[in-house]
Amino acid sequence: MNGPLRSADETAALIVAVEGKGLNATIAFDHAVLKRQAEEITGRPDPTRLNGLAIGVKDNICTIEYPTTCASHILQDYRSPYEATAVSRLKDAGGIVACKTNLDEFAMGSSTEHSAFGRVRHPHDPDRVPGGSSGGSAALVATGALRVALGSETGGSVRQPAAFCGVVGIKPSYGRVSRYGLVAFGSSLDQIGVFGRTVADAASLLEVISGRDANDSTCADLDQLDAPLERQDLDGIVIGLPSEYFPDDLDPGIRAACDRAIAALRQAGASVRAVSLPHTSLAVPCYYVIAPAEASANLARYDGVRYGLRVPQDDLHALYRETRGSGFGPEVRRRIIVGTYVLSSGYYEAYYTKAQHARGRIARDFDDVYASGVDLLFTPTTPTTAFRAGERLRDPVAMYLADVFVCSANLAGIPAVSLPIGRTQGLPIGGQLMAPAYEEELLLDAARVLEERVDPIAEI
Amino acid sequence: MTWETVIGLEVHVRLATRSKMFCGCSAAFGCRSNTNVCPVCLGLPGALPVANFEAVRLATRAALGLEFTVHPRSFFARKNYFYPDLPKGYQISQFDRPLATNGRLRIKSPDRGEVTIGMTRLHLEEDAGKSVHDRIPGRSAVDFNRSGVPLAEIVSDPDLRSPTEARAYLVALKQLLQYLDVSDCNMAEGHLRVDANLSVRPQGDSALGVKQEVKNMNSFAAVERALEQLRDRQIRLLEGSGPVELTTFSAATGELRVMRTKEESHDYRYFPEPDLPPLTLADAWIDAEGKALPELPAAKRARLQDEYGIRPYDAEVLSATRDLADYFEAVITAGGEPQSATNWVMGAVLRDAKESNGALRVHPHRLAVLMDMVATGVLSNQAAKRVFAELTSTTEQPEDVAERLGLLQVSDAGEISAWIDSVLESCPAAVARFRDGEAKLMGFFMGKVMQESEGKADPKRVKEILSQKLETVK
Repeated sequence: MNGPLRSADETAALIVAVEGKGLNATIAFDHAVLKRQAEEITGRPDPTRLNGLAIGVKDNICTIEYPTTCASHILQDYRSPYEATAVSRLKDAGGIVACKTNLDEFAMGSSTEHSAFGRVRHPHDPDRVPGGSSGGSAALVATGALRVALGSETGGSVRQPAAFCGVVGIKPSYGRVSRYGLVAFGSSLDQIGVFGRTVADAASLLEVISGRDANDSTCADLDQLDAPLERQDLDGIVIGLPSEYFPDDLDPGIRAACDRAIAALRQAGASVRAVSLPHTSLAVPCYYVIAPAEASANLARYDGVRYGLRVPQDDLHALYRETRGSGFGPEVRRRIIVGTYVLSSGYYEAYYTKAQHARGRIARDFDDVYASGVDLLFTPTTPTTAFRAGERLRDPVAMYLADVFVCSANLAGIPAVSLPIGRTQGLPIGGQLMAPAYEEELLLDAARVLEERVDPIAEI
Repeated sequence: MTWETVIGLEVHVRLATRSKMFCGCSAAFGCRSNTNVCPVCLGLPGALPVANFEAVRLATRAALGLEFTVHPRSFFARKNYFYPDLPKGYQISQFDRPLATNGRLRIKSPDRGEVTIGMTRLHLEEDAGKSVHDRIPGRSAVDFNRSGVPLAEIVSDPDLRSPTEARAYLVALKQLLQYLDVSDCNMAEGHLRVDANLSVRPQGDSALGVKQEVKNMNSFAAVERALEQLRDRQIRLLEGSGPVELTTFSAATGELRVMRTKEESHDYRYFPEPDLPPLTLADAWIDAEGKALPELPAAKRARLQDEYGIRPYDAEVLSATRDLADYFEAVITAGGEPQSATNWVMGAVLRDAKESNGALRVHPHRLAVLMDMVATGVLSNQAAKRVFAELTSTTEQPEDVAERLGLLQVSDAGEISAWIDSVLESCPAAVARFRDGEAKLMGFFMGKVMQESEGKADPKRVKEILSQKLETVK
């Protein structure tokens, strides 16, 4: 990690300051906890890789230092007896768990409005949302209170808030980072991701947490990622522009920022060509069958029997009903119901099986494009900039469409990064690069070259 | 009307692994409640399963022993239902792509003789925890030590035709699983738990009747009894008030009790387990496991008859367990004559095993020595049984025991003559009657002489010498 590091006191003061202004990006933060970890790092004989770097951790990732609530009443006071592999790794490398960050309950949402602990404000406009579900991590990094943070993705929950908040967000390939200790939402899609002020910062954090883990059978048998980011240009790199990601009604500001970024990619030596990912329109509907189906099973364990909220009742079914009915918020309940429905006998074929087929087609679209000689894809990260709080709460489908450009990467298991490529009306715009599975090194190289060549805060 | 009974069985077999199916916790039975637990088997948020390869190996071995087709690629699936002893709210099992399909087991049916029972599938799954209702007054508790313990579920085709036949199938299955070393088959610890379904139909019909189910029985006698009750109940219904409805029973108390009705029946919403990759097994590995199977009961029975010329019934008894058959053959290898070894193992050895919890306490080599002493006339059969009884609790050699107990037979003509003379002298009346033609008194004299020698005289020699002496008396 390059650049001077702040002291634990300085970091704490910054977090206190932004939270004092009502950002509401943290669920758990304790100056003393931060300081104690910093002192332990200072006591180490050898200099460590992250050297006391303060890291925000999304509150659906298990930590020893703080409770792990998933922003849900049902886990309001839950303390994990173990920590996630990713957290152990960043601590081993000298990182500090600075705070637990706010999210949409169980990572279900695109605005961080669905938190049992209140919504997160957009760092530049308190009336707007920071995106989600990793809105707390994105907002904290955007304010500068933290240089990096962990988030998680099931369908764009790192890249979309990164775009809204004007920071870098990386979603690694499925299997690049262990999911052990990441509270499951959609297990076949979930992946821990990272936020940073720069591509280099985010990449450093990703390197540290990546690599095989005996506790996660879906984690790839690979060494730690090594992304030196040494490439200075994109000579010989072919970048595809999928037409489905540039619809006619794309926000003009976003289109203009993308055009500027595409010109920068060309200038850097890349050859750019139009391509097609014909099944793109299936991504959101497919995602909203598979993710809820898996969630309906993953969230069955919150039953009031062993840990978490219990609403005592005389009989077992009432205990389940009252605990789950009052412990989960409306969006989580909605997805559990949808997920239960699509897996029910009589509907399974029509929904779950069909969605799996669609997922296969979406993945094949990417395979075909990459096989045709395209190295990377460039798209806008989101169809709009950060929307107003409350605007989409009563229209779940409008909310879901905020993820239309991001959730394909989760369905296909490929790595993708969002980085700021300008602003329109004061609000950040994110550009997205996607690569074939496990091609993070090239992906991050290209992102860093682009970062160097576009002004992230220039108005369009 | 004559009714035909149709039965299918699902047997949950506890695989003999040290650790659980998806975590490293000990799978041991009888530990303090909730001590063999971790985030994985407690279903804590964020925990993930990792398949135990030893469980996969044992299940594969069981499948191969039951002549299943083992699939190089199978899938785990989630079976969703809520119950306090199921910590994740789903059980990791296998559903539409199980480890193995299409097996069979040949059994000796009490009604039909040799029959082949088809088997639909064998799959891997994890056990649930155990609900405890009697530990804390007025409250229920759960012990998660059993949560995640590996099971193989073995599902038969509806090929069984009577409750006694169902029991014979279970006995044969248990024997096979023990031969294969895949399960300890300890019934008291619930290593074999049976769900049974039964329907009846008019004899000659090919369509199946409406089936009813009895769940979670852990003794074969209970299975047989429950199935008899179910069969009688269904026939009564069909001959009287009619129709049989799909019902699930529990037989926990020995009486059938309705567990749940059709309206409450579960939709388990199976779907592929996303936390585990497909279970892939190399063909070469499956072949190697197949080649490593031990000789199985049927083959062993045939070979014992063939090789040692023993009767079918004896071969069946001697091959009841691998240990017993190995013991029998070890006695022969150590020099024992096969028929005599058969008699000894089926008699004294098995009687002792019954008293010692199945242990075969007298080393086969020592038994062979003992048998040799009988064969060479050093020891009488009677005396040998006494020596054997001693051998079960001592490390002494058979010769030493016989010597210590003074049981060694006397074959010395002089000594035997002296005993005979003494007997003949003391019974002049009997000698006189013998002389007058009462030949059957031979036995009387024999007994007397044996008594006189305190059982030590070699009866063969006694008979020889006694006959000579009585001849001269005539």
